[in-house]
Amino acid sequence: MSIIITGLLLGGAYALIAVGLTLQYGVARIMNLANGENLVLACFCTFWLFSTLAINPILGILIVAPAAFALNWAIYSYALRPLVKRARTRGALEVDSILATFGLLFVFQGVMILTFGGGYYSYNFLRVPFAIFGENYALNRVVAFGAAVAVAIALYVFLYRTRYGTAIRAVAVSPESAQLVAINVPRTSAFAFALGGGLTAAAGALLSTFYTFDASMGVIFTMKALIIVIMGGVGDVRGAVLAALLIGLTETAVSSLIDPGLTVAANYALFMLVLLVRPQGIFGRSNA
Amino acid sequence: MKRRNLLKTITAATLASAVLAGGAYAQETITFGASAPKTGPLAGGAAVTHWPAIQLWVNDVNERGGIDVGGTKMLVEVIEYDDATNNENAIRNIQRLATVDEVDFLIAPYGTGINLATAPIIAQYGYPHLAVTAVTDGVDEFAERWPNTFWTLGTSRDTASNAVDVLAGLRDSGAIGNRVALVNVADAFGIELANAGKPALEEAGFEIVYETSYPPTTQDFAPIISAAAAADPDAFVAFSYPPDTFGLTAQATIANLDVGAFYTGVATAFPGYLGANGAAAQGVLGIGGVNINDPGMVDYIAHHEEVTGATPDYWANPVVYSTLQVMEQAITQVGSLDRQAVIDAIHNGTFDTVMGEWTFDGNIIRDYYTVGQWQDGKFVAVGATSPDLPVSEAVVKEGWE
Repeated sequence: MSIIITGLLLGGAYALIAVGLTLQYGVARIMNLANGENLVLACFCTFWLFSTLAINPILGILIVAPAAFALNWAIYSYALRPLVKRARTRGALEVDSILATFGLLFVFQGVMILTFGGGYYSYNFLRVPFAIFGENYALNRVVAFGAAVAVAIALYVFLYRTRYGTAIRAVAVSPESAQLVAINVPRTSAFAFALGGGLTAAAGALLSTFYTFDASMGVIFTMKALIIVIMGGVGDVRGAVLAALLIGLTETAVSSLIDPGLTVAANYALFMLVLLVRPQGIFGRSNA
Repeated sequence: MKRRNLLKTITAATLASAVLAGGAYAQETITFGASAPKTGPLAGGAAVTHWPAIQLWVNDVNERGGIDVGGTKMLVEVIEYDDATNNENAIRNIQRLATVDEVDFLIAPYGTGINLATAPIIAQYGYPHLAVTAVTDGVDEFAERWPNTFWTLGTSRDTASNAVDVLAGLRDSGAIGNRVALVNVADAFGIELANAGKPALEEAGFEIVYETSYPPTTQDFAPIISAAAAADPDAFVAFSYPPDTFGLTAQATIANLDVGAFYTGVATAFPGYLGANGAAAQGVLGIGGVNINDPGMVDYIAHHEEVTGATPDYWANPVVYSTLQVMEQAITQVGSLDRQAVIDAIHNGTFDTVMGEWTFDGNIIRDYYTVGQWQDGKFVAVGATSPDLPVSEAVVKEGWE
């Protein structure tokens, strides 16, 4: 039982890391390698708000996420739109965006090192035991899991039950056809990219309550998000959440029952298995 | 084309002025080259232990008017490079410092692996290499292979066996029982300490009831702590690196891990550890320790805070500063910038440092602190390799509140 709950809590954290990237990659077609840096930057901002202005990290999301939304909109409009315009095929855009965001990664990292230095940061927030079925879990993780569920549901409702959400999904499936039914594709892409950035920042704010972070660890999060996004099926939020929970459960089970040293191996084994059976991802469409 | 020409001109002008400037100041400054992580996995540790100690020393020396070299005072200048926690980068940086920047002396890199990786090239260029953050059992062998190397932070054997001694002391006083959970980070440092610690535990009559290792980037320690708790240990020992030290402690606090002794590795001695854990830090044992009651050390900590704005860690930071003091005093003794003469002077001399009086025995400092413990908001030394070093009594860990 404790394995399942620990695994679900971990999976919730992973889902938060990955949903932002799935929007950015699936809809805006930008393979954002700076995703992890975006997340770590949000960790730092939340930490800063908490330690200097005593702003509760949960409320901090209300500041950090909109700021990240604006920042990502600006990044998309100024840095990435020229690439989108110039790219002839989807493949070309992917290669270009990987190169561009790879550079962006170092810009983010440099700014963080300059501002906060290379040291480790962690702070004490809601680090109190919370009992579920007689076992203690960290309250900050439970809160993050709750937030992950809320975000996933809100996003699902937005994407599948609203007009604009449908437009976003249309762009994800086929940008060319979406244009034919009067969807403003560039604007929708920018919105999806910015929303992805905002969600990633919200994830960072929540994760900062229980992770020890430093300016150069973004790549760890990017890797995790990448695996989850590809496993779940590019652009599919349901797939990303499911894949994240699967990975969380697998890691915890392997770590508890076999050996903590094998968690990474188990991760990639699961990843390979999914790719072998369903190369397009759990919820992916085969023509995507 | 025009722009390219302009660029060329600017580059040439910059180069020329750099060369001229170098020529003009060559008589008045000593340049030190420093290559260590500013990014990458070890950057967090280096930002507490390595860089601020260097900054403080340069500040102190220049405030005094510089290093006395044969009667003239020479100011110190440091050229810093980031090795991105990467051996190849570190080697390239050392090469660049030696051949392009032509620095007079080098400050040792940060981290066991990087110090060992760069030792051959530093030896080849003939610089004194005063390693600090390199805890390894090979020190005697390395000192013999590279006579320009000096080792100051001890061996994993001593570090691990002293930790076991402290646990044995607690057990013999009846404070804790015989059952130990042992975990380590799967990395050169963690593996070497675990390999040294396991036989030491068994020899001391402890029963190892849970043992595992975890990969270096692990952030989720719930499975490890709950599996350890299930084995019902009396003591929990982790040879861990900074992020995991924080993670393990946080999880132990949440799970209210019921042990009488809790030991974690690197970063337990960081001031940030107390900041992050507050009252839960009380009674936590960890690697490192300094003589916190020594007035010299008290002054050092206060001075460090004043100049760098950060509190030093209670382990390797003052040792880094001490090696720089050794370098300074050796240069003054020699009276010139002759590197071989400085190496000989370090080899034979006695030095006055913030860590006390230092004499190298076969290029190695053999008396040092190995175990510390958070007691009432201070990280006090409770274990050392020599009875000459004053240590406090270790106390039993009583809960996490």
